[in-house]
Amino acid sequence: MRTFLRHQLYPAIALLLALTFITGVAYPAVVTAIAQVAFPNQANGSMIVVDGKTVGSSLIGQAFSDPKYLWGRPSAAGVTDANPAGYDANNSAGSNLGPTSKALIDRVTAAVDQLRAANGNAPVPVDLVTTSASGLDPEISPAAADYQVARIAAARGITQAAVRAVIARHTQLPLLGFLGEPRVNVLLVNLDLDGLLG
Amino acid sequence: MPAADLVTLVIFAGLVLLITPILGAYIHRVMEGERTVLSPVLRPVERAIYRVCGIDETAEQDWKGYAASVLVMAVVAIVVGYVVLRLQNVLPLNPNSATPQSPDLAFNTSVSFETNTNWQNYSGETGASYLSQMLILAVRNFTSAATGMAVAIALVRGLTRRSAKTLGNFWVDLTRGILYILLPISVVIAVFFVWQGMPQTLNAPAAATTLQGTQQTIALGPIASQEVIKELGNNGGGFLNANSAHPFENPTPLTNFVEMLLMFAVPFSLTYTFGRYAGNQRQGWAIFGAMAAVFLVGAVVAMHSQAGGNPLFPTTVNQALGSMEGVDTRFGSGIGALFAAITTSTSTGAINSWHDSFQPIAGLVPLFNIELGEITPGGIGAGLYGMLVIGAILSVFIAGLMVGRTPEFLGKKVEAYEMKMSMLVVLVLGASILGFTALATATTQGQAGPLNAGPHGFSEILYAYSSQTGNNGSAFGGLSGNTPFYNITGAFAMLIGRYGMIIPILALAGSMAGKRRVAASLGTFPTTGVLFSVLVVGVIIIVGALTFFPALALGPIVEQLLQNAGKVF
Repeated sequence: MRTFLRHQLYPAIALLLALTFITGVAYPAVVTAIAQVAFPNQANGSMIVVDGKTVGSSLIGQAFSDPKYLWGRPSAAGVTDANPAGYDANNSAGSNLGPTSKALIDRVTAAVDQLRAANGNAPVPVDLVTTSASGLDPEISPAAADYQVARIAAARGITQAAVRAVIARHTQLPLLGFLGEPRVNVLLVNLDLDGLLG
Repeated sequence: MPAADLVTLVIFAGLVLLITPILGAYIHRVMEGERTVLSPVLRPVERAIYRVCGIDETAEQDWKGYAASVLVMAVVAIVVGYVVLRLQNVLPLNPNSATPQSPDLAFNTSVSFETNTNWQNYSGETGASYLSQMLILAVRNFTSAATGMAVAIALVRGLTRRSAKTLGNFWVDLTRGILYILLPISVVIAVFFVWQGMPQTLNAPAAATTLQGTQQTIALGPIASQEVIKELGNNGGGFLNANSAHPFENPTPLTNFVEMLLMFAVPFSLTYTFGRYAGNQRQGWAIFGAMAAVFLVGAVVAMHSQAGGNPLFPTTVNQALGSMEGVDTRFGSGIGALFAAITTSTSTGAINSWHDSFQPIAGLVPLFNIELGEITPGGIGAGLYGMLVIGAILSVFIAGLMVGRTPEFLGKKVEAYEMKMSMLVVLVLGASILGFTALATATTQGQAGPLNAGPHGFSEILYAYSSQTGNNGSAFGGLSGNTPFYNITGAFAMLIGRYGMIIPILALAGSMAGKRRVAASLGTFPTTGVLFSVLVVGVIIIVGALTFFPALALGPIVEQLLQNAGKVF
């Protein structure tokens, strides 16, 4: 019994305490200190502030439904009756609907009908009818942005070329030509369209 | 499959090949107590820890002492974790107003993180306080990973020592693994992750007023520091619910690429460490080759399946991007599938896209990877010890049967006792996964879990017990797991999957350590080279397929056939 206490139980408790201090207190404290000094913007969530007010994060998507704005992807994050559009950044989630789910096929079919009513009859890019993994996807594909250009131009009374120029400013290509997908940041495009980016 | 995805896969594989000998040799030096570049800084810390904790670093343990230390540490850690999760609302550092976890949920969560599973029946944003995340969950990420590594090293010592009684000292192996290997890599990569956009703050969630005028609460926290060890230690438990799909846990394609590398870094490197101990690097590369081959086939199959999109969608949808339900734009469907193959062929369980929404065959690949025992390359340490037993020892045994000789591995005879322990490992895995799945499908509490109907609902249950027994932690996320039934059965599946493997493996190591080495003869089956790799691949696929094919046929396979026939549920 004494050997058990001395060679098993005591080391287990003491070592767990020591490792908790090193990996649970010292390690995150050191990383937080470095991060807050070296990269304060990123470390605090890449927030965008316009006229002193936080309008969101450049990394976190928002719900858009106004025809004058670029629309992002459908979201399953924190969807409730009061918040059907999702994009609840305190409740990230996907739909988890399987590939043979009737609910999924019905939802996609309904989304296609709505988009075609608003944007004309071109084939609908798949990312505009499928929910993202995070429910907070800040981006859409260039094809999905292009699909909406005519609607945005008409709603704002500006030329399609002007809308395309704004989209191009917020389009990222794959890193080194292969890493990641080409993509358009929806919130940044809309801030730019509203003339709110400094 | 798009060319860019293929380029990503090739460059990724090349980098893993590059890291393996460098990190593998370093791990060997650390675990044998040799001097390293970090020793001037870390050696004083290490000695201080031993002094405070009453540990004699020169005193080695036999297999029973080693196993007892693993278990005592586990019990202490599970109890402490349970208490903190129950009391997190009254403890400090709770800016996100987390409520206490219920008894069954706290039991499941505490077991989950201590067993390196990181199955989560709570939501990260609201179910755990910053204190719980830092002092319990993040710490378990380090300790459970280092425990796996320690057990693997103990097994390798047992296989390679001659006429020895001891396997090393668990407390020392655990401490060195964290101090010299996991912690330094974590600090460097965490800062890189913040630069790329991951938050690292103790401030409360932020409030924003969106462009269309609604209020948005944006969850924050000390995310970057936890993200690194989550991948490096093959833990997988997300700080936020959407895990590595969340832009704050995986902001760019570059962080995604680094996260994939972190998951593979230690498990593959340990094959090189094994070669060092065996005194012949070709022993390590033969194991590496078998692991890599199985992984690559699965990855390409999953990527191909996702690239095709969903045939049941209306024809007015342009599916050039592939299957995008449950996939974020910056990664794309192909890299989502690659991440899924990596996270399940290791024991990580982090996700950057929801496996539940994958096309049926793409969903089968992660499930089958887990059911093979997560040995291609498997979790940190757990992959190597699983592969050496399920792959290598079983292979030499079968080869021995074919030629009618007593099988040998690394010059030691593999006899009845070792085979009993090996078979125990194989059987425990299958019995837990299939037994609990059968129980859940036969009871109303179990049937209440799945979100999806039809064969997909069955897959959700099968995946849950495969993932928890395999200590993976990824999910077919539609399953409602936060019920007493799923919390408690899941916790037992995790305990069985972890310690039901570790104990027989340490017993096997103890038995092998005591044997003398016999000289190789013409009749010795060589465990280096391509022939052995091929045999190992054959054995693990046959064992896995024989055990799990009937269950897989009822889930993803029948779902694929019904999807082809246009059936929905």
